[in-house]
Amino acid sequence: MRYVGRRLLRAVVLLLGVSTLCFLFTEMAPGSFFDEMRLNPQISPETISALRAHYGLDQPLVARYGRWIASAVRGDFGYSIAYNAPVAPLLWSRAKHTLLLTTTATLLTWLMAVPLGVWTATSRGRWLDKVVAVGSSLLISVPEIVIAVALLALAVRWRAVPVGGMMSLGFEELSAWGKLQDVLLRMLLPTSILVLASIAVVVRHIRASVLEVLDAPYIQAARGHGIARARLLFRHVLPVAANPAISLFGFSLAALLSGSLLVEVVTGWPGLGPLLLDATLSRDLYLVIGGIMFSAVFMVAGNFIADLLLLASDPRIRAGGPDAN
Amino acid sequence: MGTDVRMWDASSGALLRVWGLRKKYVRRDAVWRKSVPVVAVRGVDFEIPAGKTLALVGSSGSGKSTVARCVARLERPDAGEIRMGDVDIAELGNRDLLRFRTEIQMVFQDAVTSMNPRFSAAEIIEEPLLIQRRGNNAARRSRARELMNEVGLSPNSADRLAMEFSGGQRQRLAIARSLALQPKLLVLDEALSGLDLSTQAQIANLLLELQAAHSLTYLLISHDLPLVARLADSIAVMSAGQIVEQGPTPHIISSPTHPETQALLAAAKGFQSAYAATLGDSL
Repeated sequence: MRYVGRRLLRAVVLLLGVSTLCFLFTEMAPGSFFDEMRLNPQISPETISALRAHYGLDQPLVARYGRWIASAVRGDFGYSIAYNAPVAPLLWSRAKHTLLLTTTATLLTWLMAVPLGVWTATSRGRWLDKVVAVGSSLLISVPEIVIAVALLALAVRWRAVPVGGMMSLGFEELSAWGKLQDVLLRMLLPTSILVLASIAVVVRHIRASVLEVLDAPYIQAARGHGIARARLLFRHVLPVAANPAISLFGFSLAALLSGSLLVEVVTGWPGLGPLLLDATLSRDLYLVIGGIMFSAVFMVAGNFIADLLLLASDPRIRAGGPDAN
Repeated sequence: MGTDVRMWDASSGALLRVWGLRKKYVRRDAVWRKSVPVVAVRGVDFEIPAGKTLALVGSSGSGKSTVARCVARLERPDAGEIRMGDVDIAELGNRDLLRFRTEIQMVFQDAVTSMNPRFSAAEIIEEPLLIQRRGNNAARRSRARELMNEVGLSPNSADRLAMEFSGGQRQRLAIARSLALQPKLLVLDEALSGLDLSTQAQIANLLLELQAAHSLTYLLISHDLPLVARLADSIAVMSAGQIVEQGPTPHIISSPTHPETQALLAAAKGFQSAYAATLGDSL
């Protein structure tokens, strides 16, 4: 319990630090939301300074930070200038779409990667292992954006799946089943990109950690007692090999909000990606900070969940022994 | 090897006979993907009388551990016989092997890594019983406590994790595990190497007591001649995959003929003369 409390405290401190840095960096960045208005001769400087005062941009940094913290505690996370609305509900409506995409992709990735990693490790050096080794090297070395553009090009050329957006025109007229089909079909492309971009790393990690355990002398001891293959795998190998995988799973969870931004922009998925890109370009200050804070919260929460899972799965951490962490 | 004929003739009650054992590993060249065969054991013969200890000594890379792994059938030998009674262990297929594994058990050099880090002491000892489907939970648990007692561990620590024990205690735990299936032969693969001298002496005493109590036969793999002299009835010296010299322990230590044996003796400074003195005392 003390372990959990310590981790929680650390998470709060970390988030405070992230928010401070966010404010400092956005302050240092040149330009502001009203720059374009300033170039417009029909808008008087008085109007602009009145707007700045309205949004509190004329106040010193520390005062703005204090007001933002207060707003964050209320659950608003500041106020978007472009949308003229509190940031949190705005972000949340988009985050739902992002989460739909990334949760599906993460689930698919892990469901495929874990068996594949274990299988290649137990059949080291055979053809399957070699095929997977070559395939994963390829996927790791190709940047995500290239995978995205390549799949996009294929999808357009073959007219295999609808491209762009999350819903067809006339979505509202479809039946519930038709709506589901429509969204699933449009999810196919961005999900495939995300899976392809992340699966290789997971397979490699799983393979490596299973191999490491397979070489341990206690596995040979169990073999010396005449253990059956399946029992060896499920009782001795997998529970111990799970640790690095659990940490990696935490990273996967952490990337749920931030891992797909690029893919969303490329495939036109109405998630956080396009929203934050626009907000950054138009310098909609609090929306950008809110987006970063949302991602940071997920990042911290993902790692926290991984720590809890490790705590649940590894008696060595519970015992607080020298090998812990 | 003419010196030891008498002893080997007398051992018609041999528990284990190894004859013509060969084992070759195939290492794959990392760059050119060519197979490079590495011959680890090239024709090894020895036998161990029931209730006695044979030490297989040699420098690292001499093939002694490969012999141990073949006898415990962690490896399948390429050629040769490993006979225990009428059974040739080298030939056993998976199903017969499962039954036969209860007869020979191995104790590994590194007690830490040879135990599942998530298991408690009792679980570690019960695991072989569980694998061989012996008894029910309660019977296994009481057997584990009995074995802990026997190797000098308090049964009260049955629920502690292996990593919470000291080095010597872990090796006791490893020995308790190897005894769980009541084997006839224990293969001790450098089982005492990682320990400090006083712990080593205690474990050596334990092994001698257990041998007397259960008429166990030991195949001891080691490079440490002073230790071997305490435990072994006879010694076989290995070099480059072959046995180059073997005979009764006093004979090998007081008059080594092969350079490999002489080198191993030289590594333990002053041991040979001290050993001669103890021989003189006991005579």
